[in-house]
Amino acid sequence: MITPIEIRSAPHVTGARTVEKIMRHVVWSLLPICAFFVFQYGLSALASIAVVTASCVLTERFFIRSGTQAGNLGDFSAVITGLLLALTLPPGFPLWMGAVAGVTAIALGKALFGGIGFNVFNPALIGRAFVQAAFPTAIASYTPSFIDGRFTEFIPTSLAWPLMLPPDTAAWLASKHLDALAGATPLAKWKFDGVLAGASELLTSLSGHMAVGPSPALILLCGAYLAIRRFMDWRIPAAILGSAGLTAWILFGLDPVRYPNPFFMLFSGGLILGALYMATDMATSPVTPKGMWVYGALIGLLTVVIRYYSGLPEGVMYAILIANAASPLIEKITQPTPFGKPTMAGFGRKRKGATYPLNPGYISREDAGAVTPKKRFLRNKPKKP
Amino acid sequence: MTTLTAPRSWDEFMEGVWRQNPLFVMVLGMCPALAVTVSAVNALSMGLATTFVLTCSCLLVSLLRKLIPKEVRIAVYIVIIATFVTVVDYAIQAISLALYDALGAFIQLIVVNCIILGRAEAHASKNPPLPAVINALGMSAGFTLGLFALGSVREILGAGTLFGVSLFGPNFQPWVVMLLPPGGFFVLGAWLLLFSWWARRGLGKPVKEAVEHV
Amino acid sequence: MSGETRQPAAMAATQGTPTAAMIKALGLVSAICGLIIVGAYQSTFDAVAANKRIATERAVFKVIPAARSIAEFVALPTGTVEKLGAGGTANSANNAVPGAIRFFAAYDEGGQLAGIAAEGAAKGYADTVRIMFGYSPACQCVVGIGVVSMRETPGIGDKIITDKAFLANFTALDTRLNADLGALAHEVKAVKHGAKTQPWQVDAIAGATITSRAVGKAINDSAQLLLPRLVPNIDKLGKS
Repeated sequence: MITPIEIRSAPHVTGARTVEKIMRHVVWSLLPICAFFVFQYGLSALASIAVVTASCVLTERFFIRSGTQAGNLGDFSAVITGLLLALTLPPGFPLWMGAVAGVTAIALGKALFGGIGFNVFNPALIGRAFVQAAFPTAIASYTPSFIDGRFTEFIPTSLAWPLMLPPDTAAWLASKHLDALAGATPLAKWKFDGVLAGASELLTSLSGHMAVGPSPALILLCGAYLAIRRFMDWRIPAAILGSAGLTAWILFGLDPVRYPNPFFMLFSGGLILGALYMATDMATSPVTPKGMWVYGALIGLLTVVIRYYSGLPEGVMYAILIANAASPLIEKITQPTPFGKPTMAGFGRKRKGATYPLNPGYISREDAGAVTPKKRFLRNKPKKP
Repeated sequence: MTTLTAPRSWDEFMEGVWRQNPLFVMVLGMCPALAVTVSAVNALSMGLATTFVLTCSCLLVSLLRKLIPKEVRIAVYIVIIATFVTVVDYAIQAISLALYDALGAFIQLIVVNCIILGRAEAHASKNPPLPAVINALGMSAGFTLGLFALGSVREILGAGTLFGVSLFGPNFQPWVVMLLPPGGFFVLGAWLLLFSWWARRGLGKPVKEAVEHV
Repeated sequence: MSGETRQPAAMAATQGTPTAAMIKALGLVSAICGLIIVGAYQSTFDAVAANKRIATERAVFKVIPAARSIAEFVALPTGTVEKLGAGGTANSANNAVPGAIRFFAAYDEGGQLAGIAAEGAAKGYADTVRIMFGYSPACQCVVGIGVVSMRETPGIGDKIITDKAFLANFTALDTRLNADLGALAHEVKAVKHGAKTQPWQVDAIAGATITSRAVGKAINDSAQLLLPRLVPNIDKLGKS
């Protein structure tokens, strides 16, 4: 009898947790958030989510079929990109622009780098950044939530013809007895008019006709599910929210008139969604635990700085993209010390990066005969338990 | 050697337009290609200005090639190129101030466009005037074509017009990003992709051709 | 092929080029180039000057529609007004005086003073926004603006050229001087969209507040400096 020997490369032992499984759970946890979004904005939000997700998936399919990109459609990652992208866009965003955003997200943000796991930046945010630069007026036009008849008619801007300007919503809002300023997001109202919304209203997104995304409380809940099931690392959101809150709190303490309270900073805009779902993208965030804290702190700080000191009302997107770009560097400087290396406890001793001590037995005779500082090897030899 | 048959000169010309397109194949002259191609008119004007400078410089370099000592050749080329850039600078001011403002410093920056110095050094300094001019014309035609390809796409998407003529009516939604610097990179990247795909698609065939050329 | 055959010969010939030969070659090339440049300069000089004059006139006529001819002046810090070279060409002899402000007097068909055009600049969203505004001595107000140069975001900031509601601010923007003619009675200022209540306020474009503010500030800064010097001397501008 000859037993066939299968030769293959490592890893030979795999766990039950696969990319597909993680991605599927992320999609599940996103579904309640999407449902809430549809509950807020009705038909337009539903169409937006469907169109953006479909354009992401189709683009992914095209690039995988043409052999340009690694990965397969079954891993749900394009679906996540589509859902997240749709959640960051205004509900009345013209559908054709949503499709452009979806195609750009996958083509520029993912396929260009070689597919899942190779992307440097979060694809959903690349898509959003592109449409924000291309259609700055449309992406700033929010409409109030909980409008009567939202489940039977579209927001007029949604159905703009491809390549054409979306219509003005002022007349449509007037027919709903709402003034044009009701469509400004809480952040835009604060930035341009100095009007602050209450933290508890922001937390639920339920009161009045506020032009906001899904409730931060719900997002936190769904995120907590992922963190508890270990599909997401809790350190990154904790670091982001901590550093954003701390920065906002310090500034609030310095000048309570000029700066809003930290709760407003945390619960307005897309900070919660960004912190839990976008910054935690596995391919674009550091893998070292210490690096995660640095990365999160950087995002939180940048978000608050951009919101306060730039011309833009919202800064989460650029903060995450900048931190994405910095994450390889962060990983490099936060390498954990290998087992057996002197740690911080050994004061006065210089640490020299992550190099493993060579066992003299591994060195060939010629090399060993040349220059082998034997004392060093003995000193650094791993201790036996 | 100097008596060139027509098809040979045509090949020489097309070499610059297609197989060695300065923008999409050699990836030279990126600075004007990204900066001034916000409209088809600007792109074409820049292309024509470069054509003038390139052709005249190559002609003069080729005429003077036996007089120029090799130690000072680069200095001489730069002086010659700068001369024609100055001429173009005056000419554009005389034709249209609006165009002059739109092209801005990039007219003067033709001096440092590596296509021109490259042609002067690699071709014009070693060839008689006629082939030098034909080669220069081919290269500039390729450059102008490349700039126009960039400029027209950016103008159509960024403003909905081509040569100022509205294509989609008044309700067109302009893609603002296309008129901003990132748009230049996006469109250039897309064209480079298309060109390399084009070149690679025929990879099986041209091997025989290439052998003949050698 | 020709290049390859010549190269070794050329290299041998120029192995040690004497300095004199190099200087001769450089001199020859420089002489040829110099001739070309001078020729180009001479032949385009008139056309360039005419173009510049037309451009200036067009800018001034845009902000003062009644104008038919212009003259260039400077307002000196001493409070006097001097006439510059005719035609508004780039005659910079008097620009060297520190603190002097250039402006244009525009005359209507009958040769009467129709208005003053001056430039102003302020920091916008992307870069400095430079504008030209028309001032009418009759109503002591700004009667029109035009953009000289800007790099604002296309589609948002550049609405200051196209937005009709915004341009309507500048049909009669109050720039009256205060009692002692030392400064404007009311500071020209851009206010939030829809909040304009006074004739000296500029109603900003919704979504382009920063650019609108820059326009208001540019007019204000320029008018605060220019008008106190200009208004006492308005009669000296005279007829064309």
